[in-house]
Amino acid sequence: MPVRKWWERAREVPGAPAMRGLGVTAEEWMLAASDVAAAGGRLLSMWASAGGEPSAGAVYAAYLSDAQVLILELSGAGQRGREPAYPGLEELFPAASRMQRAVYDLSGIRSSDPDRRPWLRHGGWAEDFHPLAGAARRPAEEPAAEGSAAKEPAAEDYAFVRVEGEGVHEIAVGPVHAGTIEPGHFRFSVVGEKVLRLEERLGYTHKGIERRFTQLGLLEAHRLAARISGDSAVAFSWAYCQALEGMAGCAIPPRAAAIRALLLELERIANHLGDLGALGNDAGFAFGLAQFSRLKEALLRALAAAFGQRYLLDAVVPGGARVDVSARAERALGACADSIAREAAELRGIYEDHAGLRDRFAGTGVLTPALAARLGVLGLAARASGQPIDARIDRPWAPYGELAPRKVVRDEGDVAARVAVRFEELEESLRLVRRILGALPAGPHAIEVEAPADGAFGVGLIEGWRGPVLIALEAGPGGAIRRCHPHDSSVQAWPALEHAILGNLVPDFPLINKSFNLAYSGADA
Amino acid sequence: MRPAELIPQGLEIGAALAAAPLFLGWVNQCRAWLSNRRAPSPWLPYRNMRKLFAKDAVLAENASALFRAAPYIVFSTMVVAAGIIPSMGTRLPLVAASDAIALVGLLATARVFLSLAAMDVGTAFGTLGARREMMVGFLAEPALLMVIFVASLISATTALPAISEHLATQTLRLNPSLAFTAVAFTLVLLAENARIPVDNPATHLELTMIHEAMLIEYSARHLALMEWAAALRLFNYACIGFALFIPWGVAAGPIGPVALLLSIPVLTAKLACAGAGLAVIETLSAKLRVMRVPEFLATAFLFAVLGLLVHVLSRS
Repeated sequence: MPVRKWWERAREVPGAPAMRGLGVTAEEWMLAASDVAAAGGRLLSMWASAGGEPSAGAVYAAYLSDAQVLILELSGAGQRGREPAYPGLEELFPAASRMQRAVYDLSGIRSSDPDRRPWLRHGGWAEDFHPLAGAARRPAEEPAAEGSAAKEPAAEDYAFVRVEGEGVHEIAVGPVHAGTIEPGHFRFSVVGEKVLRLEERLGYTHKGIERRFTQLGLLEAHRLAARISGDSAVAFSWAYCQALEGMAGCAIPPRAAAIRALLLELERIANHLGDLGALGNDAGFAFGLAQFSRLKEALLRALAAAFGQRYLLDAVVPGGARVDVSARAERALGACADSIAREAAELRGIYEDHAGLRDRFAGTGVLTPALAARLGVLGLAARASGQPIDARIDRPWAPYGELAPRKVVRDEGDVAARVAVRFEELEESLRLVRRILGALPAGPHAIEVEAPADGAFGVGLIEGWRGPVLIALEAGPGGAIRRCHPHDSSVQAWPALEHAILGNLVPDFPLINKSFNLAYSGADA
Repeated sequence: MRPAELIPQGLEIGAALAAAPLFLGWVNQCRAWLSNRRAPSPWLPYRNMRKLFAKDAVLAENASALFRAAPYIVFSTMVVAAGIIPSMGTRLPLVAASDAIALVGLLATARVFLSLAAMDVGTAFGTLGARREMMVGFLAEPALLMVIFVASLISATTALPAISEHLATQTLRLNPSLAFTAVAFTLVLLAENARIPVDNPATHLELTMIHEAMLIEYSARHLALMEWAAALRLFNYACIGFALFIPWGVAAGPIGPVALLLSIPVLTAKLACAGAGLAVIETLSAKLRVMRVPEFLATAFLFAVLGLLVHVLSRS
């Protein structure tokens, strides 16, 4: 059955455009998944909603197929416990594996796939406790007595896949690193300087955000959404507000949409500037870091002057934007964009002409287009590997239909391609910023939003600078949140990094890792 | 050794000890200026060392005596090397007591102890750094010896002060062989002192480190000594370069403290230029892939051999 048939059966889901949802049986769950896979679709996200009763849970999978988002809900089958409760999708979508492990850790609903190692649970809570599973009992509150280390759930061995052979040894890196960077553990199996295998162990920045959401009201949780991953604050808070406004049936005024797009592009510019500098620095070219840091700092100061925040953590609010763009801010941001565009073009020339940088970037950390498609990678990393997927262009939401950004795609899939995509997206975003500033619609910058009714369900999907950011939101009674699931596309891209490093040299890993620059905090939530 | 000779010798070593961190600070200052940054104070390395000496040392549980002794051994090796190199005068007792090959051996000794200590604790990074350091060392040492041989052939001796004196006092003539060896020596200097493009002294990426990876388990006074030794090594290499390629202005003949003091401004000027030049090289280059480092050092060796050939051919 083609995906279109599923699409026709499904009902509209409020929030992002071109999105439908469908309740399915376990059999249909697998059928639909294989149809989506056969049509070249992607798995966007998986989450579970565990009801109060042990048998009342539901599992969700959101697919992206032909620019349409299909959300499948498998309810009833969600039996909590150690036994598999629903068919796993790992074989069709490799990225599903970690999502399913996270679902089990948080909601206690197990898939039938073989990898049962914990993902988000690092021993911070007992194995039979599931933070999102309704009325589940809490872990013992009283601190463990001295000498009862055996009770500590933290003392768990995580079974990394071992590579054996003559001269093979392991290098364990992290989660605490020599620099001030986010925590993640990388287990390399190497021969000499050559990497045979890399296995990631993430989840160190799990903060219990999904549980925290259930303690907040619908109209205030956008602030928490913005704090899931600080560098994607606008993307996350816009995705949240998109879902919320869709559920409430409220359309934001054109000026509000334009300001949000302005914020999203400014966030993209700031991050690309930071990354381009860091990529130069990781190749030992400190000059690049100094120059790009200067440009990023100039932008952050302009943001602070215009919006009151260097990082736009509270800029997007339900109903619009927190602050209007004054005429003065308009001029200042425009001038800032102009000077960044001029200097970035010059720096691009330096990066491209530098023999040493080119030698480090070209051919390093290749993620082939075929592999990127098979692994279901999304976002910037995918576009550098020949995957022309950008939600701003494929499934435009207001105001991106009018803005019509240019899609940047490279086929090489190496560090150089990811650098080039950043340079071109930077250029394009600067153009968008100037275009938005040049034609800001009149009208209010925000309107009032009423909390949606109990049981309302909506999904927001925004193309952040890293890739699509998804937020699934379910309203509870009296303006409360029953369930909110944030998803950063880094979850799909992290496994791709494990492949991109293969056959490369150990000292090239930091450079390759930086060229992806995936979210820890956003992926661990 | 007469007691009167001890004073200038002590003065020379003391000057090296005192000036080495400043030289490093100067290089860092130039690098910052060249990338349009506000520069840190050139005295920063001293402040850093003072801070480290005031701290309590933390040792790994399984660290052996070798690990604890290595900083002292490496540091004293560098101090002795500073005494051997004719940086201020050519007729000092220690300078006269040894030749260039002994000096290369002394530098190699420091490397061996540094690498052994790095592997002592058994962490992945120390071993990784030690392994890479050995790769750099076994390629850099032959190139350095080759450089010294060319200078030895010109002056018919392996004694560094005699080479230096000979080159400084010979009638003015072009030595194309020395031009080739100067390039070779510069490449060796970059590799041996963990500078860009071979290693990045400022990196925090543990997987890319060479020299820093070997120091990763050290703290407090041990780390301070290791960093001081690294600064001394850079200073020593610069002074070897001066002795071979710009030997003018060093106090020659039997000297007292006064002649030695007079050589200070000349040495300072040379160091200032060398530091600025090093900063220019480092700012313009990116770090090499680690597998290109052998090519880099093979180039150094090639230049040294070319220098040798040019010397032999121009003589015959």
